[in-house]
Parts: sequence; structure tokens; C-alpha cells
Amino acid sequence: MAVYLLWFFIFPGLLFMAVAGAFLSWFDRKITARVQFRKGPPLLQPFYDFFKLLLVKETIMPKSGSGFVFLLAPLLAVFGATMAGLFILLPLFNIETGFRGDIIVIFYLLTLPSFSYIIGSLASGNPLAAVGASREMKLIISYELTFLLIMAAVIMKSGQKFDLDSIIAAQQSGTPFIGSISGVLLFIAGVFCIQAKLALVPFDMPEAEAELASGIYIEYSGPPYAMIKLAKYIMLFILPAFLVALLMNGMNPGINIVWLILKILGVVLLLTLIRNTNPRVKIKQAARFFLVWMNLLVVIAIVLIALGL
Amino acid sequence: MSRKTLIPIGPYHPLQEEPELFKLYCDGEIVMDIKWETGYNHRGIEKLSESKSYDQVFFLVERICGICSTSHPFAFANAVEEIVGVEITDRTKYIRSIIGELERIHSHLLWVGLAGHFLGYNTLFMWAWKYREPVLDLFEMITGNRNSYAMFKVGGVRRDIENSKIPAIRKVMAVMRKKLDLLTGAVMDDPVIHARTKGVGILTRQDILDYGAVGPTARASGVDIDVRRDDPYAAYPLVNWKVITAQAGDVFAKVEVRLLEMYESASIIEQCIDALEKMKEGDIALKINEIPQGIGTGRAEAPRGEVFHFVVSDGSNSPARHKIRAPSYTNIATFKKSCIGQTIADATISLAAVDPCYCCTERMAAAYDNSSGKKILNASELIELSMKRTSELRKSGAGHE
Repeated sequence: MAVYLLWFFIFPGLLFMAVAGAFLSWFDRKITARVQFRKGPPLLQPFYDFFKLLLVKETIMPKSGSGFVFLLAPLLAVFGATMAGLFILLPLFNIETGFRGDIIVIFYLLTLPSFSYIIGSLASGNPLAAVGASREMKLIISYELTFLLIMAAVIMKSGQKFDLDSIIAAQQSGTPFIGSISGVLLFIAGVFCIQAKLALVPFDMPEAEAELASGIYIEYSGPPYAMIKLAKYIMLFILPAFLVALLMNGMNPGINIVWLILKILGVVLLLTLIRNTNPRVKIKQAARFFLVWMNLLVVIAIVLIALGL
Repeated sequence: MSRKTLIPIGPYHPLQEEPELFKLYCDGEIVMDIKWETGYNHRGIEKLSESKSYDQVFFLVERICGICSTSHPFAFANAVEEIVGVEITDRTKYIRSIIGELERIHSHLLWVGLAGHFLGYNTLFMWAWKYREPVLDLFEMITGNRNSYAMFKVGGVRRDIENSKIPAIRKVMAVMRKKLDLLTGAVMDDPVIHARTKGVGILTRQDILDYGAVGPTARASGVDIDVRRDDPYAAYPLVNWKVITAQAGDVFAKVEVRLLEMYESASIIEQCIDALEKMKEGDIALKINEIPQGIGTGRAEAPRGEVFHFVVSDGSNSPARHKIRAPSYTNIATFKKSCIGQTIADATISLAAVDPCYCCTERMAAAYDNSSGKKILNASELIELSMKRTSELRKSGAGHE
């Protein structure tokens, strides 16, 4: 029992993921600043941001709506992100093997933060938040099918393995999946899915600063908003880690931790560059992008896998 | 689905830095109706103007807008000079045009950056504003100020552009053209920008004529109007340039018009400094002792469109009546046409596309370091610092990277 609590709260759970995610968030902001001729924040800025919100700022409750649901949603987001992260990181770090079908559980847990944002923003009763929530819903409907198809393709490629540990093992005994044409196609679709899951530009329409003034998060302040930030940090770490586990060989035993870090940093760098070289698209365009083009890409990849490429 | 949701944009909203309230009545994401409230920023400038002397009014009207801060003095000077009935010297004309066109470049760059920001393209925002810096440096070198240049007076300008400063202007213009090429390429060839701006917020030629819209908003819909050509003033009839128009009337056409106008402005400036170089220095103001009774109208093409000033003089040293019409006054009304039927995402960029005038150039406050108690910078130190920088710029010349 104690070891489970240790896993959940310390390593590789909440604390570790939060610290790693905060570092990645700094990395993202620093690269962004460099691209934009700015100096960028100091290394500890994400921590300052988080602790300022948690300890200093007050919580302002919206007058209308349900206060309980409003406050519960950020906690739910953190919980979902941490649980998903556990199921991803335990096999990735060779701590525990997981169970048959855990990849499906990960898929559902990864949607939990997005759903809790929707619930929380609708509970706030703000019209801008409502528009943001409706956009987030449409966005989820758009990218989830692609995400599911990617996982189906990976399961096919690994020879009907339904747990992350076996998928990683299949890559380590053979070649990483990204080393094939189908793997590259899956990687492209995967990166865009992560972009949408993290709500980064060009898929940041749920928060769309200039249109909705942060949309779904508009009513959040103080500690609840700190929780949302925490969930975002964690997601920024575990989603690239998940992609690395699915397609890029995970982590070999031994000192290959450096490789793992470089791979995750590489994926985050890609996300950052995409978000800095594109304007925000409209929700309709995003839906078409995923439902038509990305799904087509993954279906092609599945056909290639069936052909053995 | 008959109930309409009210989506408020303003009075405090990241889209409009200026306090304005747009009420979008939406059905889902579609804007069904729009209403707006302005007047949060009313400062009574027309009335204030009647209590100031003609020399002081220049400083007052300069503060109507922080971004196009020369267009109002320009129009006011045209109006008062019409009352006096004088023809300013050629050197003055060229200097006035240089200031006006530099302002157009910096204003359009500012807008391109903001438009990028509204689309979530913050890299474009930062790049455009960085490229705007050399122009502001140039202003600081020529006039002593980055904004609100205090260059105009009745019958002339307050500061000369000496021949020693001309190479710096020429250098900045050369650098500017390269940066503009880069920026134009980045905007015009980006497929995602096309997807976001083409066919969005269309204003037809008839809409423009119905609402009396002016400036780049009108020119992007194929209405070929420009006060600089239609009612010539300053040095514009003396140099070669053309009015940029586009036909589509959507947001992309407005971007296109503004980007191409910056090239024209650079060309006008280059021709003006060529002409200045051949003239004798110092012939920059006429001596005007009194303003006779009369009525004068002055027009000027601000970056956002036509600025109109109407001045009645009763022979005293201050205007008896001063009426001002800024371009945004007519342009804002077109929202009724451009926003209804669009999604919220399209409506917001359509609102921004006419470049409604933001008059909010703010100053920094004093800051103390909490832990050491050390004063970081206070107002007088900032002014000292800025003066030092200005004098350095005047010595070394602008145009650094």
C-alpha cells in the first residue's frame, strides 16, 4: 500500500511529474522567447507562477453557477493527469509492468483533464467560458478519433500487444516504430493530437486570448487556477512521454535516461515550434483537419502496417 | 436555438486595449447582431481646444491618438493655414511629409503585429514590433520623441532635418525594405493566415460608400480614395507614389493594402530626403503674427484614413470652434456589415481589421525592489535616461539592428 502512495505522490507521480512538467514549461517559454527576440523567463519562473497562485492570490468565486463543481474540476484534472502519467511512466521507467489493456485506461484518463475543464467552465456561468467549453468539446470530438486510431495502429504494429510495457518491449527487441514509414506517419498525427490536447496554438481556440480572454479558464483565480496550471504542467510532460513510449523505443535499461530526456525535449521542441509559426485556426478548420486529413494519414499508416511497412 | 447569448467584448478585454464595449449577440458561435458602446474615453478635446492658444492646440490634438499622433496636428495645421492663407515653404512640406509617412510605417507595423496577436500568432506580433523599433529610433533622432513628436506649428515645423541626419534615415529605409520583404513574405505566403483571413469580414464597395468608411478599410474594398492625392497637401503632389487598392474587401485585403502602403511610404520618404538634401537648411517656418477671422478646413490622411479638422477663428488667439472627425468614427460603423453572420473567431478579427484607434500610450511607474529597498527606476530617472538616449541617438544616428 505504502509503495502505491509513494508512486502516486512522489515518484514517478505527482511531485516528479509536476517538477518535470514545470521544467518543460520553462523550456517551451524560453524557446518561444528566443524565437520572438525576447529574453525569456528564468528557470524557476513556472514555480514562481504556481506558488504565487497557490499561496498568495485569493480565490474569487463566480456569483452564478455551482461552486462545488467549479472547485472540484481542477482537482479532477490534476487527478486524471497524474493517474494517466502513472500508467505511462511506470512501464516507461521499468518500475512496474502494468496490466493487459492499460493503454485503453490511459486513453480515457488522458481525456479527464479536458473534460474537467469543460465541467468547471460550464459551472462558472460565464458566457465566454461557455463558448470556450463548447469549442473544447468540439475539439475533443475532432482529435480523439485520430488519437484512438494511432493507438490501434501501434497495437497492430506491436503484434496485438495491449499493454504499454509489451509495446515498449516489442520496440526494444526489434526496431523503434518510428523507424518505418508508417511510424513516421503515426508520429506526425500524434504530434498534432498532442498539440490539440495541450490546447496550444494553432488549436488553442478554447482559451483564445484575444477572442474569449482565456475562455474556459476565465473565472479561475488563485489556488484553483494553480491546480489547472499543475495539470497543464503534468500534461506537457506525460503526453510527449507517452508518444516516446508508443513510437520511439521508450527507455532501454541502463543509462539511457539521457536519451529519453532528449527524446522528450525533442518532442516538446517540435510542439513549441509549431505553436510559434502558426496562427490559431477556427474550430471548423480544426475539425476538418483532424476528421479528414489526420484520420486519413493514420488509416494510410494502418494499411502500411498491414502490408508490413 | 432561438435564444441569443450575449458575448461581451469589452469594456476591458484583451482584444481592444482601449475601453470600448462590443455586444455580440450570438446563436452558438454565429454572431446574429452587434451593438457597441463607445465614449469611455471622452476627454472633451474640442472644448479644451477653445481655451488654448493656437500654438498650444497642436500639443493638445497630438494627444488625441498616441499612435497616429502627427495626423491630427497635420490636419489642424492645414486648417489654420487655410484661414491665414499662406503657402508654407517647400522644405517644410517635405519635412511634414517625412514625419507623416514615418508615422504611417510605424502605425501599420503596429497593426500587423496586433493582427497577428489577435490570430494567436504571437511570433508575428513580436517580429513586427521589433521591426518597428528602428522607425521609432528615427523619430527620436529627428524630433526628440518616440511618439507625440511636437513637430508642427502654424506656418512650419519646429525642428529641421539637417543634412547630417539624412544618411541615418536613408539607412533605416534600406533596412526597412528588407524587413518588409520578410514580413510580407511571412504573411502573404502563410496558408494558415490565408485560411483565417480570406473571405472573412467582407465589406463590399457599396458598404463602404453607404457607411462612408475611409482609409485602408475603404481602399481594401476597391474604393480608390486617399486625401494625399485627392486633396493634395504638404509634399505629396511633389513626389511620385501611387494609391494602393485591393478588390476583395476581406481581412486579407486589408492586410495586403497596409503592407504594400508601407513600401509606398518608404519610397515617399526617400524622395523627400533626396529633395531636402538639395535645399538650404533652416528655412522651416514662416513668421505668422496673427490668425485673422475666418473658417478653415484641414484634411490629412492618417494611417487609418481621413482626419478632418474644422476651425472657426474669431480673430483672437484661440479657435472659436474646433471640430474634429477621426477616421475610426466612420470605420467603426462598418462592423454592422462585416461581423453579422460570422463566427466569433471571425468577428473579432473583423473588428480589429479596421484598426480602431487605440489612444492609450501609457507611462511606466516608479518601482522599488522589495528585498533590498533599492529604487529600481523612478520617473525622473527614466526621463533622464530617455534624454541621455535621445542625445546619443542624435549624435550617433539611428538605424542599429
